[in-house]
Amino acid sequence: MNTNATTVPNQRQDKGFHNTMLYVKQHWQLYAIFLMPALLLTLIFKYAPMSGILIAFQDYNPFRGVSGSEWVGLKHFTRFLSSPDFMGYLANTLKLSVYGLLWGFPMPILLAFLLNRIQSTGIKKKIQLVLYLPNFVSVIVLCGIVRILLSVTGPLNLLMGTEINFMTMPEAFRSIYIISGIWQGAGWASIMYTASLSNASQELKEAAVMDGANILQQIKAVEWPAIKDMVVIQFILQAGNIMSIGFEKAYALQTDLNLPASEIIATYVYRKGLIDGDYSFSTAVGLFNTVINVILLVAVNKIVAKMNDGQGL
Amino acid sequence: MVKTRYSGQDKILLTIGYILLGLFVVAIIVPMIYIIVASFMDPITLQNKGITFDFSKWTTTAYERVMSNSQIWIGFKNAVIYSILFTVVSVVVTLLAAYPLSRADFKGRGFFNIIFMITMFFGGGLIPTYLIVSNLGLVDSMWAVILPGAFSVWNMTIARTYYRGIPKELREAADVDGANELTFFFKILLPVCTPVIAVLALWQFVGMWNSYFDAMIYLNDSAKQPLQLVLRSILIQNQPESGMISDMQSTAARAQLAELLKYATIIISSLPLLIMYPFFQKYFDSGIMAGAVKG
Repeated sequence: MNTNATTVPNQRQDKGFHNTMLYVKQHWQLYAIFLMPALLLTLIFKYAPMSGILIAFQDYNPFRGVSGSEWVGLKHFTRFLSSPDFMGYLANTLKLSVYGLLWGFPMPILLAFLLNRIQSTGIKKKIQLVLYLPNFVSVIVLCGIVRILLSVTGPLNLLMGTEINFMTMPEAFRSIYIISGIWQGAGWASIMYTASLSNASQELKEAAVMDGANILQQIKAVEWPAIKDMVVIQFILQAGNIMSIGFEKAYALQTDLNLPASEIIATYVYRKGLIDGDYSFSTAVGLFNTVINVILLVAVNKIVAKMNDGQGL
Repeated sequence: MVKTRYSGQDKILLTIGYILLGLFVVAIIVPMIYIIVASFMDPITLQNKGITFDFSKWTTTAYERVMSNSQIWIGFKNAVIYSILFTVVSVVVTLLAAYPLSRADFKGRGFFNIIFMITMFFGGGLIPTYLIVSNLGLVDSMWAVILPGAFSVWNMTIARTYYRGIPKELREAADVDGANELTFFFKILLPVCTPVIAVLALWQFVGMWNSYFDAMIYLNDSAKQPLQLVLRSILIQNQPESGMISDMQSTAARAQLAELLKYATIIISSLPLLIMYPFFQKYFDSGIMAGAVKG
């Protein structure tokens, strides 16, 4: 009995394995041609660096390599976590992205609702053309424009008759960052909501109008349900990425004097690692950031899933 | 379509809404017009009075100085090369990888999906990636800015979702004709996927054209720097290319000219994408929706 019981699954496994081999043989192109380039790039540029995380636990010396460098355990993590700067950089990162999310997230949705109300397609297309335009301006040019507009001799100061140097004020940094972000991104981000709204059932909307529903009621009954899923997905994605706020823009808006507000973890990792050459410390800070980000993503996904009838990402 | 009639309360709501929308549009246009007008002005007037619409005094000095600078053109040339190569490599790799993963019968689908998905959330970070690229001898090579980001998992899921929307009959017809995977993919599948290909290509091109971080850390040789790095020194670091202002006598004149050059630089560098963009507009909706569907 015992032997029978164990041989049957084995046979099945053999057969399954055999089938798989047969499949791979028949469809070798799918593996060797279609998947291989992506797999190689991923292994070399994503997985190989993951092994490099080890240097966060060493006093890494580039000349000795990972195997020859001294292991120091959690030294770099304690050094970072206990440094007085740590709370500041963490707070800067979180404030910048949380405020950015709170102010920036509703704007595209509002724009989409408004665009959806415009009945002339000609006018709508023209407005969209303008709204999407800033998305094609590069970070450097955007920050260049910001610096010009806000400079001491710039138009804003000329207009107000003042000589305020906004770029050197830590308290102005976040507003500059967030407002310019909305200026650049809100129109573009509204595309997917606009597209979902135009897919919303026209009949349903007409029925609502017939029933004498006012705009707010129409939004509640027809338009909001049409974009709700999209809103949830976008929110999870953005909220989950709170710690991975980009380097490029923060760095391009930094000045020596606004650093107390503008130094975020990403720019700190760069400064420590590639400017000061403190590889191990920089890697430890980066790893800390990544781990928090993963935790946040999982947490946000769980919370949203709970609020959204078990539907997360 | 029913002509909508609005009640009094709705009218107020709509008016407020349209005013907001109008303000947003104005807020986008005004800085752009400011930069355009300022780029033609005399630097001294600009600094003292701000912009004026006195067209008789317009000059194209700033443009001449920027255009006659070789570093700008080197930047342009590099940006074009990197952006085109990156777009081609990235789109090809992404479209290829998405195909097996879009097929329900593909063995190992779950495994490969997980391998790829992990990289969306977890990575080695700046220094370990830098060390790998540098160990591969790619520092000061254009491949350092092209290869590491070429395969985008996010774009792959968009292409995958798009493939799944293609009718199965196409595949079955190809099977009957005895077409192999490659023939089917290139001759039958790709031709019906142009909207998603156009959008992915546009994203990758714009992304590479506008980025500067990878170039900043990997390309030190000024002959290899793309446009955005040249712009960075002019716009952010206030260091115009030396040939642009060195003939001016006083420091004040140099500073004013450097300021003026910024405007012209912004216009010249932004033109190519802004001209291209309306031609792609028709693909935006279809392409973005393709990616928005939950994979």
